[in-house]
Amino acid sequence: MFYREAGDFKTSYKDDNQTFPIRLDRAGYWVALAVAFLIVPFMVNDYWVNAIFAPFFIYAIAALGLNILTGYAGQVSLGTGGFMAVGAYACYKLMVAFPEVNIVFHVLISGGITAVVGVAFGLPSLRIKGFYLAVATLASQFFLVWLFNKVPWFYNYSASGQINAPERSVFGVVVTGPHTEAWAKYLICLIFLVALAWIARNLTRGMMGRKWMGIRDMDIAAEIIGVNPLMAKMTAFAASSFFVGVAGALFFSVYLGAAEAGESFGITKSFLILFMIIIGGLGSIFGSFAGAAFMVLMPVLLKNVLVGMMGWPTDLAAHLEFMIVGGLIVFFLIVEPHGLAQLWRLTKDKLRLWPFPH
Amino acid sequence: MSLDTNADSYVTADGRTIGPVVMDLKNITLRFGGVVAIKDISFDIREGEIRAIIGPNGAGKSSMLNVISGFYKPQEGEVWFRGAKRPPMKPFQVARQGLARTFQNIALFDGMTVLDNIMTGRLNHMTSNMFQQAVWKGKAEREELANREVCEKVIDFLEIQHIRKTPVGRLPYGLKKRVELARALAAEPSLLLLDEPMAGMNVEEKEDMSRFILDMNDEFGTTIALIEHDMGVVMDLSDRVVVMDYGKKIGDGTPEEVRNNQDVIDAYLGVAHD
Amino acid sequence: MSEQLLFAAEVTLNGLMAGVLYALVALGFVLIFKASGIFNYAQGVMALFAAMTLVGIQQGQIPFSHLINAIFGTEIHHFPWHVPSIIAIIAAAGVMVGFAWIVERYILKHLVGQPDIILFMATIGLAYFMEGFGDMMWGSELKTLDVGLPQGLNETVLNVTDKLFGYGFFIDNLDIVAAVVASLLVAALTIFSQYSKQGRALRAVADDHSAALSVGISLRFIWVLVWSIAGFVALVAGIMWGAKSGVQFSLSLIALKALPVLMLGGFTSIPGAIIGGLIIGVGEQLFEFAIGPLIGGATQNWFAYVLALIFLVFRPQGLFGEKIIERV
Repeated sequence: MFYREAGDFKTSYKDDNQTFPIRLDRAGYWVALAVAFLIVPFMVNDYWVNAIFAPFFIYAIAALGLNILTGYAGQVSLGTGGFMAVGAYACYKLMVAFPEVNIVFHVLISGGITAVVGVAFGLPSLRIKGFYLAVATLASQFFLVWLFNKVPWFYNYSASGQINAPERSVFGVVVTGPHTEAWAKYLICLIFLVALAWIARNLTRGMMGRKWMGIRDMDIAAEIIGVNPLMAKMTAFAASSFFVGVAGALFFSVYLGAAEAGESFGITKSFLILFMIIIGGLGSIFGSFAGAAFMVLMPVLLKNVLVGMMGWPTDLAAHLEFMIVGGLIVFFLIVEPHGLAQLWRLTKDKLRLWPFPH
Repeated sequence: MSLDTNADSYVTADGRTIGPVVMDLKNITLRFGGVVAIKDISFDIREGEIRAIIGPNGAGKSSMLNVISGFYKPQEGEVWFRGAKRPPMKPFQVARQGLARTFQNIALFDGMTVLDNIMTGRLNHMTSNMFQQAVWKGKAEREELANREVCEKVIDFLEIQHIRKTPVGRLPYGLKKRVELARALAAEPSLLLLDEPMAGMNVEEKEDMSRFILDMNDEFGTTIALIEHDMGVVMDLSDRVVVMDYGKKIGDGTPEEVRNNQDVIDAYLGVAHD
Repeated sequence: MSEQLLFAAEVTLNGLMAGVLYALVALGFVLIFKASGIFNYAQGVMALFAAMTLVGIQQGQIPFSHLINAIFGTEIHHFPWHVPSIIAIIAAAGVMVGFAWIVERYILKHLVGQPDIILFMATIGLAYFMEGFGDMMWGSELKTLDVGLPQGLNETVLNVTDKLFGYGFFIDNLDIVAAVVASLLVAALTIFSQYSKQGRALRAVADDHSAALSVGISLRFIWVLVWSIAGFVALVAGIMWGAKSGVQFSLSLIALKALPVLMLGGFTSIPGAIIGGLIIGVGEQLFEFAIGPLIGGATQNWFAYVLALIFLVFRPQGLFGEKIIERV
């Protein structure tokens, strides 16, 4: 009844262009932000942050990145794990080399470095299309992980081959290392997520996003109306890799604290992020959030119910998880290729008309 | 009444001024492997005119359009645009020179709304870079809103206000054709290429489309080159007509002249071989 | 001949043998791709699943025993019998046919006419599902597969080369069998797709789903057929790899090795799959032998991909793929 645009007149193109055109949506957005920033930090403990919030926020950043490349620009990538590794190792090297610089800059620069690497590996996309490209991106995945495993310079010759995040702080608050408080972990991830989601929204709402979608929907037509395919694809790879790199840097420095390339950033990570955007919704900012939340929550839930309550062995629960994830991927591709985001949109469309659907 | 179509500029019967040559195609030959799609064709397009290219199926009309828009590279011949020889170019560079086109099989971006599709037509008029767009406030937003206004004018002109926010994939054929025209028009091109704008339309839709083409030419002074099969439409709309058959040019001139050209009549009605 | 050169020759030969196995997996991909335009990422998991099923039937495992035990608190594991290898192979092939039917019925039917990339991602989902399903059904522990294939080094090759060069080549018997089986399979499939009526229908479907439907070809039948054949190829590949290194999760990763083979050979070419497989098999062995020690080793992880990537940049359609003509 209250959820509609009637009476909410737009008198300028600016109003018409806003992210949440419906008043109640706008209100909901501000309330969600307020709760996330002002209330939740005082309530979280280690379990909630480590099991749910931190992975959710970080994966959402990575999913936003992959969604820019795959959902908006139409270039399927199976190299996300490798690019996260670039972000993580870049961040590690920077943290160790410049301990006096604020960690926030390290994370951002790591994103930048990943963007450069992403562009380099994205260059073949000019010649290779579709799943040829998807397979080609596997080259970056395997090569990068191998590189970080085999070249000791990247892990500073540590005996274990691992990288460990030293303790760093922002405005006197410790955010990396074993002494990090739960709320600090939560907040730093959240701040990065909100800022990057805002940037992703801006990039996709304007001409940049249209160029990407043009390349996705019909690359030849896009080129003929004036899109430079080289620039469009490279900017997509750059922006996407930046996001993924930041996610990798946070994943290592804030969330894991210690990482090893093959273990933390293997091919399964690439698939995990890809599944997030398929289930959440290709070409949707909200979908990146929904997909990340889903893929983080489902295993936690399954584990709690099957292992915790019903006493199943953990490996059996893991097998069931594979089946559910795989089944859902197929299900969504068949029934709703735009994922959870589209389901949400449809619900809202129904709600807009309710209770008088005609 | 006969017009001197060779003069530097002249005024048509309905009072439009036709200016000097905008695009001059000189001895274009295009081959695909052993197949010759276009053989040694020359013709020009003049400022402000409606220029039709006609011919039977497979005559090489669409290939000709693809040469003009830079998608195909002819093996021989030169393309002159605004008095300068065009160097080898990618299609997007050609578009930046002020060329826009529509396609025989509609080439819209199905995943985007009508408005977004039309906005893509404006991309050569927008200059904000990726970082400005990431921040949005400032140049990117100003540019977006200013160009939105241009698009809204085009939307009004083509009478598609009601589908502004509909994803293109859901539209029927006739409307898609119109949206494609809107996208090309939004680019404010100096030369507009239309590849069978009326294919598959019923009489009513054809009349609408003809009206839009004439208005476009009249109101904005857009130079138009079009391919069309419907002879009635071609003869009514165009100032000059090129006739192609098997990759060769067999006629060129006003509709009147073309209609009386023996080669053209042979190509269309068949000729007795004896 | 010098020691180094002989050693390189042996490495090459071993690479060829490995390449044959890559080609065998790649063949399954090519078949499905040709017939349905689907790039079947699940091919590797199909090989794993087929091998698991074979071992399970052979050893009389009770399907889903872990699940049953977890739910009902029972302690069941095996039927009190062993099944002879040949019957187990036939039964496993039967299971793969059933699997093909299910895939057609519940997945492909609903995805006719979707963009290629959606189909590709659907097979990734299928691969995940099957992996979980296979583990659930037969358990995820490492299994040994023994259907009576010859194991160990081939004495003849060892002796002959020793006499000829004074240096004995180490070649596995199993690799030789695999090479022979793969060659036979390739010959049979080529004949089938070129000369039989079903083969022609199959190529028609590959070209255009709707057009094939309109001339009265049963898409359902063709798809079940081709997925069955791919399932059978997966079974053969599963037997070869399983006999070599045991049946476990890593077996499904051979699919990842087959991908660059396909990129190299072109997705639509059976000879391409074979030659691509051989090139990659030999290439990665030689590269590891010659360059590997200088840069830290384990280059097999990525060499095939980087080779295929570089190659594709210069020839996007692969060695034998058809050139793509773009038009508007």
